[in-house]
Amino acid sequence: MTEHSLYGPLDDVAGEAGYDDHPPRMGFFTDTSVCIGCKACEVACKEWNGVPADDFDLLGMSFDNTGHLGANAWRHVAFVEQRAQDLGMPSFDRPGDGSGPESRTDFRWLMSSDVCKHCTHAGCLDVCPTGALFRTEFGTVVVQQDICNGCGYCVSGCPYGVIERREGDGRAQKCTLCYDRLRAGEEPACAKACPTDSIQFGEVDELRDRAAARVAALHERGEVGARLYGADPDDGVGGTGAFFLLMDEPEVYGLPPDPVVPTRDLPAMWKRAGLAAVAFAAAAAVAFAGGR
Amino acid sequence: MGSNMAEAHPVGFQWVMEAKERGAPVFHIDPRFTRTSAHADLHVPLRAGTDIAFLGGVVNHILSNELDFREYVVAYTNASFLLREDYRDTEDLDGLFSGYDPETGAYDPASWQYESVEEKHAGRDADSAAKEQSSSYQHGSGGPRVEGGSDRIAADPTLRHPRCVYQVLKRHFSRYTPEMVARVCGVSEEVFRAVCDAWTANSGREHTAALVYSVGWTQHTTGSQCIRAGAIVQLLLGNIGRPGGGVFALRGHASIQGSTDIPTLFNLLPGYLPMPTPEHTDLSSYVDSIRADHQKGFWRAADTYAVSLLKEFWGDRATADNDYCFDYLPRITGDHGTYRTVMDMVDGKVFGYFLLGQNPAVGSAHGRLQRLGMANLDWLVVRDLTMIESATFWRDSPEVETGEIAPERCRTEVFFFPAASHVEKEGTFTQTQRMLQWREKAVEPRDDQRSELWFFYHLGRRLRERLAGSTDERDRPLLDLWWDYAVVDDEPQAADVLRRVNGVDLTADRAVGGYTELKADGTTAAGCWIYSGVYADEVNQAARRKPGREQNLYATEWGWAWPMNRRVLYNRASADPEGRPWSERKALVWWDAEHGRWVGHDVPDFERDKPPDYVPEEGSVGVEALRGDDPFIMQADGKGWLFAPSGLQDGPLPTHYEPHESPVRNPLYGQQGNPTRKVYGRPDNPSNPAPPEPHGEVFPFVLTTSRLTEHHTAGGMSRTLPHLAELQPELFVEVSPRLARERGLEHLGWAHLVTSRAVVEARVVVTDRIPPLRVEDRVVHQVWLPYHWGTTGLVRGDSANDLFGVVVDPNVFIQETKVATCDVRPGRRPRGPALLDFLAGYRRRAGITADTGTHVLTAGPGAEGPAHTEEES
Amino acid sequence: MPEEARFRSYYGQPVLQEPAWEWPVPAYLFAGGVSAGSTLLAVGADLTGRPALRRAGRLGALVSLGAGTVFLVADLGRPERFLHMLRVAKPTSPMSVGTWFLVAYGPGVGVAAAAEVLPARWRLGRLLRWLARPAGLSSAVVAPGVAAYTAVLLSQTAVPAWHEAHPELPFVFTGSAAAASGGLGMVCVPTPEAGPARAFAVLGGVAELVSARVLDARLGLVREAYGTGRAGRLRHWAELLTAGGVLGAALGARRSRAVAVLSGAALLAGSALQRFAVFEAGVASTRDPKYVVVPQRERIARSRDEAGVVGQPPRQAE
Ligand SMILES: Nc1nc2c(c(=O)[nH]1)N[C@H]1C(S)=C(S)[C@@H](COP(=O)(O)OP(=O)(O)OC[C@H]3O[C@@H](n4cnc5c(=O)[nH]c(N)nc54)[C@H](O)[C@@H]3O)O[C@H]1N2
Ligand SMILES: Nc1nc2c(c(=O)[nH]1)N[C@H]1C(S)=C(S)[C@@H](COP(=O)(O)OP(=O)(O)OC[C@H]3O[C@@H](n4cnc5c(=O)[nH]c(N)nc54)[C@H](O)[C@@H]3O)O[C@H]1N2
Ligand code: SF4
Ligand code: SF4
Ligand code: SF4
Ligand code: SF4
Ligand code: SF4
Ligand SMILES: [Mo]
Repeated sequence: MTEHSLYGPLDDVAGEAGYDDHPPRMGFFTDTSVCIGCKACEVACKEWNGVPADDFDLLGMSFDNTGHLGANAWRHVAFVEQRAQDLGMPSFDRPGDGSGPESRTDFRWLMSSDVCKHCTHAGCLDVCPTGALFRTEFGTVVVQQDICNGCGYCVSGCPYGVIERREGDGRAQKCTLCYDRLRAGEEPACAKACPTDSIQFGEVDELRDRAAARVAALHERGEVGARLYGADPDDGVGGTGAFFLLMDEPEVYGLPPDPVVPTRDLPAMWKRAGLAAVAFAAAAAVAFAGGR
Repeated sequence: MGSNMAEAHPVGFQWVMEAKERGAPVFHIDPRFTRTSAHADLHVPLRAGTDIAFLGGVVNHILSNELDFREYVVAYTNASFLLREDYRDTEDLDGLFSGYDPETGAYDPASWQYESVEEKHAGRDADSAAKEQSSSYQHGSGGPRVEGGSDRIAADPTLRHPRCVYQVLKRHFSRYTPEMVARVCGVSEEVFRAVCDAWTANSGREHTAALVYSVGWTQHTTGSQCIRAGAIVQLLLGNIGRPGGGVFALRGHASIQGSTDIPTLFNLLPGYLPMPTPEHTDLSSYVDSIRADHQKGFWRAADTYAVSLLKEFWGDRATADNDYCFDYLPRITGDHGTYRTVMDMVDGKVFGYFLLGQNPAVGSAHGRLQRLGMANLDWLVVRDLTMIESATFWRDSPEVETGEIAPERCRTEVFFFPAASHVEKEGTFTQTQRMLQWREKAVEPRDDQRSELWFFYHLGRRLRERLAGSTDERDRPLLDLWWDYAVVDDEPQAADVLRRVNGVDLTADRAVGGYTELKADGTTAAGCWIYSGVYADEVNQAARRKPGREQNLYATEWGWAWPMNRRVLYNRASADPEGRPWSERKALVWWDAEHGRWVGHDVPDFERDKPPDYVPEEGSVGVEALRGDDPFIMQADGKGWLFAPSGLQDGPLPTHYEPHESPVRNPLYGQQGNPTRKVYGRPDNPSNPAPPEPHGEVFPFVLTTSRLTEHHTAGGMSRTLPHLAELQPELFVEVSPRLARERGLEHLGWAHLVTSRAVVEARVVVTDRIPPLRVEDRVVHQVWLPYHWGTTGLVRGDSANDLFGVVVDPNVFIQETKVATCDVRPGRRPRGPALLDFLAGYRRRAGITADTGTHVLTAGPGAEGPAHTEEES
Repeated sequence: MPEEARFRSYYGQPVLQEPAWEWPVPAYLFAGGVSAGSTLLAVGADLTGRPALRRAGRLGALVSLGAGTVFLVADLGRPERFLHMLRVAKPTSPMSVGTWFLVAYGPGVGVAAAAEVLPARWRLGRLLRWLARPAGLSSAVVAPGVAAYTAVLLSQTAVPAWHEAHPELPFVFTGSAAAASGGLGMVCVPTPEAGPARAFAVLGGVAELVSARVLDARLGLVREAYGTGRAGRLRHWAELLTAGGVLGAALGARRSRAVAVLSGAALLAGSALQRFAVFEAGVASTRDPKYVVVPQRERIARSRDEAGVVGQPPRQAE
């Protein structure tokens, strides 16, 4: 274990996982500013990976009828409708006619395709007791379906609410970053299907540069709300392998604003548990020593 | 405008995103805020059906501020041509043009001609039969005839003559002020001006602007004129034939362009040759009806196209002696469009029907009429991928629920044939850019699934076998067909069909290189002259797949675009009259004086070696008559038409008319709706009343329908697939928060929508994306429904098309499914026979009869024109 | 009540997945605690010559361990793959660590308990009796780990109520384990021999109650997840029962068998409810996005303050 094996920036995730000779870390830069909400990514993912359809429910969350990432949704496109007020801008309705186009100038509709973050420090992977979850040579995080026993620990280990146990099947499921395609030298199905290049697949280092440039360009254009999410190696999970350019705060898209890998506190937790265990043993000793 | 490109053409929309990245401002003018609006710099909501008023305002803005690209306009459009003295405009006639006949509801376009043009053919389009046959669509890509187009046309290049097109245009649109746009469309003056400013600022020598439309424009009783209005703006601004300019019609199904090129339409033959009528007693009278004696352009050669087509149909049997079997072609006698045919089914005049790749029980307007029509057939053949509503209507349609169709008594015998899908067969798709792309077969079809080619080839073969030896004259066309396509393992070879479509030189059995090689002497055969060249050099040019990065921006080695692989039509206009690019930035093709030819990035849409200063000899016609600066080589006068002297049923200039069903009186003219629209007035096709008729308040809201990315059209290909069905699992109606409040509608609750035709229930989605608009000092609410649901599939629901009646554009017979009026109420709809009573109640309250909506003439002093209802048959 | 937190979210949807676990997991937590405590009591009794307490401890440890194992396996999505847990030993996974604890712990418990039941006439019985003490000692070494690791098991998750509780949760859990196993001893063992059980229960119960209060006092918004709803009700009863049990054990159980049995039962129930309460609080804290968003926003604001960043606080609107 090296200094940052539990928490903090880590340059070589695959190396840390024990790969000596490995390809560069691969991941996604999802630029939500160009997402058109077509959901081609959702469908392509399901087709390629044989992910079953979920139930047929109208959710009434704008055009989102998927709802959340989960065992049957490895990609999820969020739709956020915002009025001027939500944008923190004054509303300029004239009395009695909040209906003209002028009141709508600042209406906006954000779309964003969410996916497993392939964290540098992956909460899911850390807690998995069977080794079913593993780090691939590409630095991604994948569940081996023949190993997973459905203990469900990873479900609560993920600070992004990504991985889930599939009903009926019992095993944990999430994006594999199309491990099979990567090994065959292909880009992931969702990125392939995305018509606007909202989903960009590539080497994480290169993508980070691209993302930084993109944010700068958007800022220059006056899109001050543009920000990166997950691209910072100093964040709570050591940066993600799949990061995003968002146009508003993460929680607006259903993302945690400042996620931290639970493992960060592992040493502290064991220390406290050790104390409690000692106290427990001591209490027993005292109970007998009292000898009543 | 009228296009939801991001949702309906997401793959194409990537280029809009790319243009935006490079600094192009994007405007989206649409009643709803859609996924396209989300990426536009400005979304402009307008009332459905008012685009012409908006565009008229833009034209007015351009002309009154002289913002047009004057050199282009003078040189390349008909702006300077003088009109006849007896032409009267809508300004003079309260919304009508001269030549209107209230009895037929049609125009005699004689007075719309250029001043100098002979009157010879005047009146040809005037009879009501023209409207019946939609002759204007028959003009197809060639544009209408203009007798005398090749002669010198009286003109005033200073554009000051009061009867020149430019001045007529100016006067015609003078009412379309920003205030009027606000009153009609519900678009504020500031926003309107912002659009005008951006449009004009991004046009001219150094810039071009592109206009994109789709069915938000076409599915109106004024659809064709909507496109005309857009074309006028683009011509005035010099945005046609130039890179980055254009009027883009985004087509629908993967090969819908192909299905108009090699048409599935009743009034066209392949390559936009019109279908003959009984008046065409022989080939020459037919050909003469297509081209005028004195006109410019490539349509002069219509005889070569027609003869080659007949040779392709009947091969050796087609000879000069028998007029190339011209008599074998069926004749059309009137409107045989899909809606007319359905009414004929209801009336018991049609016995059998083939339905291929269409699901009218859900996809066509007035679903009830569609289903009742089909329930009155002897037999129905359905070829489809899945068991669609149009094959199961006899057992699960809403009419079964109301007792109007009894499954055990329904007489229609349905034959269902499973079709092979596009991935299970090879062939071409022709897309929006007129580009043919070859498709390989990816997987073998399963079980009984067969390709269309297989079905028709073997159907023809079997019919011919069965008729063999027949001496009946009427069997000859079938028996004499040249039916010998290459077949491998039972499967006709699509490549061979494509080669025959391309055309062959029969003397050498060699694929022709282009349509200019076609002959009228029976030595060539070609299935579709505009596709000539797709098999040039015996190579399937449509199968070319050279990556874009390995060639120039126009990627002319990817697929093949008709005509002659040109990517930008009329690209001669990208150079100035002298043949120099208007600007270096916008160079596309230009005259290379040194080598004496047109060169550039695209295939020049002009005779290769005709110099820009070429002036034809007096008296020449056809291609020879094109001047060196006549870029519109298919037009009879070589010019872009600001004013259309012929070819349209509803006037030479676009005019704002209210939709057939509208909550408001036309603020511009006494004439309320399009006076030439086809109304099909019959008891089973009722209309909601519109002003000046009383009781419009029973249906106070504007209804519009369209698509979702997640589904495809009538849903046969999406509601049946779990991965798509789950993405939009239920029919919903979008309403504004304000309407929801007014009508007590709850988010995710139920509502039902009512028209005089049907009641449809849907889940309520309350959203700011569909704003109410301020129109004429009142608030107009619009509601929107996707139309993808029906009674079969994994997710089911009522069908939005049941709400519409049948009323169509007179030029192209497209139904007005983008706008109607309706009522909206909370809760679910009545069921069973109670539903019929409920509807009858609405009709009673609104005073609806078969006459309602059919008095199409409302202009003029106190005029209520005659009702256009169908006679009892 | 704290003021309703204002924050932004995606249609009020949860940010996190709800735990995949159901009631068998808190049941296991409880059973494991009972077993660990019972083992200590059994070993102590063995060493100090209290046969009844020894017997009850050994048997109780085995039965509750068995039940716990059943619960554990029952909650797997693929129970037949239970043994995949033994493929690896992973220090970052408390469940893996716990599994190996159980592997180390179980055999001793089994041997000791078997020694109680197998007749001494059998050779195996005699062998077991001989082995029982070292076996018991071996499991006693691991028992505190077994009692305490479950707190880490819950805390090393992104579940706000569990993770935020990590400093106190081990004490709540070991306290609860002591109280429950002490309670079990009081129920099963005649009062004269049950002294250590009572003492153990009292110490455990007090530790549990105190550390739960400390936890509450320290927690921010997530306290709400413990204090309201199902978790709140469970916790309320857990506290009442444990406090009652402690009082009974301290004051009346020495004299009255009935009081001892009642107090013991109360302690057992209190301990069980405590586990269920903690479990439910965790579940509740994943269902409402505020437990994720608000504390994380506060953390961001704090670190900005620390970094001296001035500027707009995050916009907060529903
Ligand atoms: N995913 C998907 N893609 C498709 C299809 C599909 O069903 N699903 N269908 C294909 C087919 S067949 C076609 S024809 C094309 C159609 O492509 P589009 O024309 O883009 O599709 P629509 O959604 O029918 O309508 C476009 C827009 O017109 C707007 N509209 C309605 N009335 C008016 C009006 O009066 N004025 C203006 N300016 N706008 C109006 C609607 O609000 C809608 O946003 O899409 C093709 N692509
Ligand atoms: N209210 C309202 N109505 C509309 C519109 C609207 O915007 N609003 N839009 C209109 C427009 S633009 C259109 S194009 C129509 C579309 O209306 P339709 O054409 O009636 O509807 P589709 O569902 O596209 O029907 C196509 C069928 O072809 C089948 N199919 C696919 N591939 C093949 C094949 O290779 N062979 C065969 N034999 N079948 C195949 C599919 O399964 C499907 O059932 O709807 C129109 N109706
Ligand atoms: S996002 Fe969640 S599931 Fe994905 S790698 Fe990170 S912790 Fe694991
Ligand atoms: S459910 Fe499967 S993948 Fe998740 S932690 Fe357990 S064994 Fe690992
Ligand atoms: S990378 Fe593959 S598995 Fe992951 S979301 Fe994309 S398509 Fe699905
Ligand atoms: S495919 Fe691309 S554009 Fe479409 S929803 Fe997914 S990320 Fe957005
Ligand atoms: S379905 Fe086909 S035609 Fe339509 S957008 Fe996608 S790729 Fe283009
Ligand atoms: Mo279409």
